[in-house]
Amino acid sequence: MRRFKADLHIHSCLSPCGDLDMSPRGIVEASLQKGLDLIALCDHNTAENVGAVIRAGKERGLWVLPGMEVNSYEEVHSLALFDREAQVLEMQTFVYNHLQGTNRPELFGEQVVANEFDEVEGFNDRLLIGATGIRLVDIINKVHRLGGLCIASHVDRPSYSVVSQLGFISPGLEFDALEVSPRTDLEKARKDIPGAADYPLVTFSDAHFLKDIGGVCTEFLLDHPGIEEIRMALKQEQGRGIVEGPCGN
Amino acid sequence: MKARELIRLFELETAAGEKGLDREIEAGYCGDLLSDVMANAPRGAVWLTVQSHQNIVAVAVLREMAAVILVNGRPPDEETKAKAEEEGIPIFVTSRGAYEMAGLLYKAGISGNIG
Repeated sequence: MRRFKADLHIHSCLSPCGDLDMSPRGIVEASLQKGLDLIALCDHNTAENVGAVIRAGKERGLWVLPGMEVNSYEEVHSLALFDREAQVLEMQTFVYNHLQGTNRPELFGEQVVANEFDEVEGFNDRLLIGATGIRLVDIINKVHRLGGLCIASHVDRPSYSVVSQLGFISPGLEFDALEVSPRTDLEKARKDIPGAADYPLVTFSDAHFLKDIGGVCTEFLLDHPGIEEIRMALKQEQGRGIVEGPCGN
Repeated sequence: MKARELIRLFELETAAGEKGLDREIEAGYCGDLLSDVMANAPRGAVWLTVQSHQNIVAVAVLREMAAVILVNGRPPDEETKAKAEEEGIPIFVTSRGAYEMAGLLYKAGISGNIG
């Protein structure tokens, strides 16, 4: 078993709110500088930059999980994490089929599709900031059917979180974990957020700027990086687990 | 005014919770952020929202609300309907928006404050 410092919620320049410096190579270098072993790219309602970040990471020895931050019908954000790019692309097809509108870069920001050499491949013109027409419960179920993990995003935040939108976490929502943002202490979150004590808690940076990558992270004890290993770590099975204590810079 | 009177007055469609139609409407509240509604909605309120997730029924029960109107024609989830039946909280649907619906309720004498 080995310790893996993981930041599994990072945006790229493809997210409308993501800084243009959040290029595939930029993300990989910043992650290595912060001592991260494992990251996930989770852009809003899209995975078109996932492959580029995976390839840029591979070249530099950084493990990158394909992910996406999906916005539900109720405007709840959650992280969908997978092992393979094909899985997240299937999730993307599902999301695109239920996502309407066209981006207006002057209002919401540019949505740059890049390759692993940091070259601009194009601009995504979908309204990625928008809510999909998919109910939260159906997002969670779809992620699970595709073999991924579904983690509720920043549950302590006053907007776009399951708690802000739906008041509390109803038992039918089978999140694998809840993400607490850097602004709230895990102990406080466990005590104050209705329903949080029933789930494993993790904390990631939700970085939109290079300087924020790895600002907080979660340290996992795993045999090797991968979704099944992380699933076991969240459940504290077979020696896998979450290493308590501060992680990040 | 009883919840059932709203149906005729405002041409509402009843989606669930008919056994609660005799609940007394004492106030009104608008909100789609459930944490805000949980903190502020008055007792006996008719609540206008676009949220259709089953948690709205729990929130309505928690705040002892009288009824929920889903605006913009948003239909409730099946789970929401089942919970509303169980709890006897009437769920109505209107194609009107929240602003217009609230205006009509206000004109009919339902204020935002607890009576």
